[in-house]
Amino acid sequence: MHIDRDPDTVWKLVGDLARQHEWFPLASCRVEGKKRWITLRTGITFEEDIVTHDHSLRRFQYRIVGNPGITSHLGTCDVLDDGRGGSVVVYSTDMEPAALALVIGGAAGEGLANLKRILELA
Amino acid sequence: MGRKILFITTDQQRYDALGCNGGGIARTPVIDALARSGIVYDRAHPQNVVCMPSRSTMLTGQHVSTHGVWMNGVPLSSDAPSIASDLRRAGYRTALIGKAHFEPFIDPFLRFAENRIGSGGLETEMIIGADGLPAPHRGFEHFALATHGGLGPFHYARWLREKNPAAAAMFFQVLDQQLQVNAEGGGDTGAPQVKHNEIPREWYHTEWVADQTIAWLATLPADADWFCWMSFPDPHHPWDPPKSELGRVDWHELDLPPGYIEDAAQRERVLDDKPRHWRLWYDGTFVSNYEAPAKWVPNTLTADNVREINAMAHIENELIDEAIGRVMTSIAARGWGDDVDVLYTTDHGELQGDFGLMFKGPYHVDSLMRLPLIWRPAASARVAPSRVSAPVGLVALASTFASIAGLPQPDYAESARLPHDDREAASLGHERVLTEWDSVLFGKIVGARTVCRDGWVCTTMLPGTVHDGTEGELYDLVHDPLQRVNLWHDPRHAAHRDALLDDLWSSLPARVLPLRPCDAPV
Repeated sequence: MHIDRDPDTVWKLVGDLARQHEWFPLASCRVEGKKRWITLRTGITFEEDIVTHDHSLRRFQYRIVGNPGITSHLGTCDVLDDGRGGSVVVYSTDMEPAALALVIGGAAGEGLANLKRILELA
Repeated sequence: MGRKILFITTDQQRYDALGCNGGGIARTPVIDALARSGIVYDRAHPQNVVCMPSRSTMLTGQHVSTHGVWMNGVPLSSDAPSIASDLRRAGYRTALIGKAHFEPFIDPFLRFAENRIGSGGLETEMIIGADGLPAPHRGFEHFALATHGGLGPFHYARWLREKNPAAAAMFFQVLDQQLQVNAEGGGDTGAPQVKHNEIPREWYHTEWVADQTIAWLATLPADADWFCWMSFPDPHHPWDPPKSELGRVDWHELDLPPGYIEDAAQRERVLDDKPRHWRLWYDGTFVSNYEAPAKWVPNTLTADNVREINAMAHIENELIDEAIGRVMTSIAARGWGDDVDVLYTTDHGELQGDFGLMFKGPYHVDSLMRLPLIWRPAASARVAPSRVSAPVGLVALASTFASIAGLPQPDYAESARLPHDDREAASLGHERVLTEWDSVLFGKIVGARTVCRDGWVCTTMLPGTVHDGTEGELYDLVHDPLQRVNLWHDPRHAAHRDALLDDLWSSLPARVLPLRPCDAPV
């Protein structure tokens, strides 16, 4: 998703992991150290390990853990400099079951559209 | 006071399921009576052979290329046109009761209105329309939503939980632990997606859909005009009707359906004569539709599996017929008997053993494309009963609803209304019917485009994972009603094939780009 705001501005929101529910379709987020818990609007809560939270790379990676229905997961969100003063935000998911990756991909698409709207209107 | 509209849909039902279409197993006297006093369409096709695209066509009056729901999992845009919205603006009361499925089912983020409405036990969700005014979601002021079982974020699941928290587990478990469609077998023969369901009949979704319809109609004043879409989830798999009803059809006594080829060698020769995705699926190496269980291999299907699944489907068809009978009785009791148009159809068919296959996918033959479609106009409209042989599509439904309500054909609709007879079919432009398929699930890309006209059906397979763009199917429906002889490569029919393809490409609306994203497997 291209966002007409500089990468530092975009990362200020994206890199604040406790605020992801402000742009992603989630009910709430809670961060404690290297752990995060996200709660969906259905009330389902996922526990996550924060794998990478690198302000210089503007990269966030996380794994959903402790869920017997999810055998593997790695989510990555990068804020890239487009070289013209704007940003490209890339959200990717690798996981099993693969069917759920499609669902997270759909939510990420909505989230990125929200992120663009929030930041470009600000 | 105008004509009221009861729009009845089933899910995944074959043309030959009904007595009025020659079906000899399920007893369907209520639907047969509608057919006798109405118009029966003998060549009605969907514009896509899975649920979400086909249902989106019904609501929008548009082909798949236009409404953009190009496979299951792609949500219909929330601002897509809706004939229900038009009817509501014209003063109609509007409801959708049963299965909607314009938006994905698998939605843990609760992104989609259908799932928010169902899980919240709401009647509808109001949105601000293009005119700046609030309007109910897709034009329906009342939703009572259900799907194929007791789980999911729908009103039926909530209702069932209140009846008995353990009831949902009585149904077949639709998804397995890997969130794949469950390949598990059951019943007497180990047939895929069959289960003997302990659910009491009065708690089964077919009964619930009829009960909810009767209850909503009871809330309306006598002089109301109304459009009620009563949408039964059956006979779509899983095949798990209430166990109490299994005595209706004894699978041991069923003949095998005409489309099932008993001799394996002959069956495989027929499959090998079709584009390669047919045989690859049969052998279990290329599954391109999420709803076909990925772990189930069609060539393991036995004749007894076919008999048992057919018996289950016919039991479900009988229950639907009886449920419709209850609704028609309640309509008559309200004094509306002469003023209600009834339209009956389904979203797509089911292979149900044809060619040794079950379920559905990119297989554009009568099993999946030839649908039951009946229009019983209100008696007050004085339309003579008839049977229509001209090809028509579900794309004509929106314009038909508009015409019943006295509205002009919507400017967004891509077809004239359904004809009253074959003579009118020609004047309304019902010369051909088009069907599209696209799927890209898990990297397996399949595309097909089909035209049916003049007794022929012609499908071209688009370049994809296993097709190079040269394959296709051409069937003579008059001399080969079971579509066993593929004439695509027969030089004697090459000119006719090419003419059909020219007609297909010149008739199909241009695809609206960019493609809408696929947000879930179903």
